[in-house]
Amino acid sequence: MSTTNLRASRADKDGLARRPWRGTVREYDLFKELTVALVVMGIITLGLSAVFGSPDEPSVTLKSWAIAAPADFVATATAELGGTSETAGYGPPYNKTADATQTLGPLDLQSFSGVQLPIDTANDLVIDPLTTLNSPPPELADWVTASDAQRTTWTTAYSDALTKATDNDPANVAAGDYGPVPVLTDSLLTTAKQGALDGVLTAKDKFYNFDYTRGTLFLGDGAYFGDLATAQHLTGDQWGMMNETGNTPGQSWLWLFSFWYQVEPFASAPNADLLVVLMMLVLSVLLTLVPFIPGLRDIPRWIPVHRLIWRDYYRRR
Amino acid sequence: MSLREHPGTNTDPGATPEDADYHTWTGKARGWLLRRLPADKLLPEDQPSYVASWIYVFGMGAIVSLVFILASGVILGLNGPAWYHVSDLGHFVNSVHLWSVELFFMTMVVHLWGKYWMAAWRGGRALTWITGMGAFLVSIVTAFTGYLLQTNFDSQWIAFEGKDALNAAGIGAWFNVANLGQIFMFHIILLPLAVGAVVALHVVLVRMHGVVPPLEAAETDAQLQRGAQGDTGEAGR
Repeated sequence: MSTTNLRASRADKDGLARRPWRGTVREYDLFKELTVALVVMGIITLGLSAVFGSPDEPSVTLKSWAIAAPADFVATATAELGGTSETAGYGPPYNKTADATQTLGPLDLQSFSGVQLPIDTANDLVIDPLTTLNSPPPELADWVTASDAQRTTWTTAYSDALTKATDNDPANVAAGDYGPVPVLTDSLLTTAKQGALDGVLTAKDKFYNFDYTRGTLFLGDGAYFGDLATAQHLTGDQWGMMNETGNTPGQSWLWLFSFWYQVEPFASAPNADLLVVLMMLVLSVLLTLVPFIPGLRDIPRWIPVHRLIWRDYYRRR
Repeated sequence: MSLREHPGTNTDPGATPEDADYHTWTGKARGWLLRRLPADKLLPEDQPSYVASWIYVFGMGAIVSLVFILASGVILGLNGPAWYHVSDLGHFVNSVHLWSVELFFMTMVVHLWGKYWMAAWRGGRALTWITGMGAFLVSIVTAFTGYLLQTNFDSQWIAFEGKDALNAAGIGAWFNVANLGQIFMFHIILLPLAVGAVVALHVVLVRMHGVVPPLEAAETDAQLQRGAQGDTGEAGR
């Protein structure tokens, strides 16, 4: 059959779908169906809620992190000071790190917004919080007056020393020239353990606050937060996007979004997020425009699932 | 402005509202609406006889789930996002919110795939399909913001992980998943309005166009013949 004939044949068949139905009808009570549905779905919803409830794993605070994993906290604070943390090298919208954005050829959407949420990890996450203390450590002055090269030397040396120390414990670090870094990070650890850092980081000299960007990024730069997420099967390579804590179903409708992160070439691509977002955009548009896409719109004719749905109609033909 | 007789004094008693002669923009709009969606289409008492399958209940299931989502969401919103951490009643309402969302997506996805296999976009119903897909996609974003509002470990982690895809797409600065105030506004105002509007338009379009007839339905089919057995419809009237 030629394309024109096929199109004409489809239009002919659709003609019946296009005009008001002139065949037999059955009684239908919209409001009754609505009422029955409200009762049935209400029973199911309330029943599931009563039986399974909903999870509420307490949030992690900088205080709980500092107490539970002080070595990880100090290592992370050192990386924030030295500008070697994930956040420090993230690029837009947090900072201008060169070549940090996810791109696809000339497409660089990440740079589109520019640095809208500026975060200087050394100052915003370590130095500024320390300056708010009643008695800031005198070593702060050493850091402030030092050159960038000197700061990098200190933080690199201390980072390396922490890696080599037993249990990565700052108490076991070998002697060396780390400048004010050990004192500053230890002071930040003490502040965090006392619970003061949570408030300082989010409030930033303001009474009101709605923005938890700094605290979230600081937490994420450490290993402790990620380890907790791994234990709750929430990380990206564990289909975490569609999981909830515990055994409660999460956003299962994100299964396809999550799927791409599990398979190559996406899984190991440095621009995986951009690739997956673009892929899902294209697939969403395709599904939305199915009525206009030859082939995709014809699959229901080729695979006759409709014979099951309307079996009564076809039986009485 | 010209003076005319009151329309009630010269209207043909047999005329329907759709036949009336409208003069103003408002009247013409009313006429257009009444022609496209007369009362018996909006609130029908019967449906074509082929509307006889369990697949048809899932659309209504999704709408009803949305009712439970909105009701539980209003209670949670009025009490603030941290209420459910400290109240047993709040925790139960939070559970209702979560499970009604799960049921909403479950019924909506079954409805969507049912309509796909029925090729339900036929006969000028493409916009009905598109608005249905729109409702699905906007609902996904709305649910995502809800998961960000849990103010617990899960929402912390979702914010940390979720930022990367949004930043890579260039919208993370304006849709900042770690900004609770921004996400709260999206979740309780903008996105519910969007879901409500798209779902309402979808339902109106369904009523306007009617339920799509079976694939390959033909004029010779029994249910389209006059005097068909068990016929209670227009063909038999």
